Amino acid sequence: MIKIKDLSKRFDQFTAIDDLSFNVEEGEVLGFLGPNGAGKSTTMKVITGFLSPSSGSVTIDGYDITQNPIEAKTLIGYLPEGAPSYGDMTTLQFLNFIAQVRGFRGNDIAEKVQHVIHEVKLGSVQHQIIDTLSKGFRRRVGLAQAIMHDPKVLILDEPTDGLDPNQKHHVRQLIKNLARDKIVIISTHILEEVTAVCTRAIIISEGKIVADSTPADLEAQSKYHHAVSVRLTSDYDLAADLSEVAGVGLVEQDQEEEFSYTILSGKGKPIFTQVSEIAQSKNWPVTEFHVSRGQLEDVFRTVTQGGEV
Amino acid sequence: MDNFGIIFKRELMSYFATPLAYIFIVIFLISNGIFTFDLGGFYLRGQADLLPFFSFHPWLYLFMVPAIAMTLWADERKTGTIELLMTLPVRLSDAVLGKFFAAWALTGIALLLTFPIWLTVNYLGDPDNGVILTAYIGSWFMAGGFLAIGSCMSAATKNSVIAFILTVSICFVFVIMGSPILLEAFPEWLPQVIVDALSAMGFLTHYDSIAKGVLDIRDVLFFAVFIAAWLFASAIVIEIKKAN
Repeated sequence: MIKIKDLSKRFDQFTAIDDLSFNVEEGEVLGFLGPNGAGKSTTMKVITGFLSPSSGSVTIDGYDITQNPIEAKTLIGYLPEGAPSYGDMTTLQFLNFIAQVRGFRGNDIAEKVQHVIHEVKLGSVQHQIIDTLSKGFRRRVGLAQAIMHDPKVLILDEPTDGLDPNQKHHVRQLIKNLARDKIVIISTHILEEVTAVCTRAIIISEGKIVADSTPADLEAQSKYHHAVSVRLTSDYDLAADLSEVAGVGLVEQDQEEEFSYTILSGKGKPIFTQVSEIAQSKNWPVTEFHVSRGQLEDVFRTVTQGGEV
Repeated sequence: MDNFGIIFKRELMSYFATPLAYIFIVIFLISNGIFTFDLGGFYLRGQADLLPFFSFHPWLYLFMVPAIAMTLWADERKTGTIELLMTLPVRLSDAVLGKFFAAWALTGIALLLTFPIWLTVNYLGDPDNGVILTAYIGSWFMAGGFLAIGSCMSAATKNSVIAFILTVSICFVFVIMGSPILLEAFPEWLPQVIVDALSAMGFLTHYDSIAKGVLDIRDVLFFAVFIAAWLFASAIVIEIKKAN
């Protein structure tokens, strides 16, 4: 378990992390969200022991990262931002080096290295110099390095940045498979990633936590949660029909598409049945009709810009 | 193999994975040849020793050693691999020492490859090989002193060119510190103790006697302590600057 208590990090006058406290349990995949400069990467750097905190503490399975750095770091696998690796080495040489530093000896080295090469699909480039690899491959080398010792805690700073959709899917699948008995913390600004892999999401802004909940609960905070979108073939005054219906809120007209409307739920309760009944009885000229789960992006914007959800 | 050994091996291998090590060795050997035979008058002196060879080493190292040292930490910070290295279960001391000894080993290899000059002098005359061995050890320790300064300067900046210029400048000060030119430049009001202390820090003060075959333990100790102090400073600088 990771315990983060009253954690702050200041650089001269600038406060990057401001009194952050949260715990992460085994089996959780925590999505760490926030606008650029919110303190995501700094928090990860402090958790992994690269930077020392100005105040507060980080403990990993009981080991304090500043007092027992070696023991704590042994438990962590970390993919730093930009997936840095020694560019003058081949993939194989680099992974061998990591395996040795991680304490593997003899036949274990080759076994571990081949295992991760298989896991993140690096077989085709294992004898290639890392500097000559594409961005996607380099990120996978960084990922291979992070999961080498089957760490209890996996911390990934933007793991899918720069990958194509197939590779993204593969990496997400990998994270899901790894996550069962581990703690995984990933930072990202790709919000669909959070819905896809995370069991919990923390949004930080200016070094403070502004939201901490499951992705589904966060979506529920969106004003578009349970909203019904309809597209019509011709103009029609929906609002007049809906004014009588209980639970229905405002009707928004789509700015870009003609005859498209979003009917908001007034109290955050499902309104699908009511709206569809009205649509049938009044014979709306409908071509499309669907329910929105709520947009994480919308919640993200609202909480990080200090407005209302 | 512990982490020191693993890092040492990786660093040394990376010198040879790029043309750096080969270029360094070749230029080192060519420069040594020119200095010894042309400028040093190896043949003209008619003496069976390697004094002209060794007496140029401080000036040769002044430019060549900072060239190896400049990337030690600057590149780690520039490419971000320092974040990888420092979040692996590695002690900072293992990383600082591993990198330093790998670079020092490279200068050692370059120095060993000057052996034809030793063969030549043995073929031509009957030199005191004890003196030559002593001078080789002294030269290598002096290279270590230059490297340790370079390690610290490289830790202070992301830009390896700046690291190079800083290292050359500081090394130059330490080389000339014991020389008469600098001693005369000190203002007269400076107490004699300080003048003595400063000249005792000079590389030439210690190296000259070793190069002549006088292996005084104090001279070796000077370089050992000097190296240790600069490496300790490197560790502190890395700790302070890594966040930037």
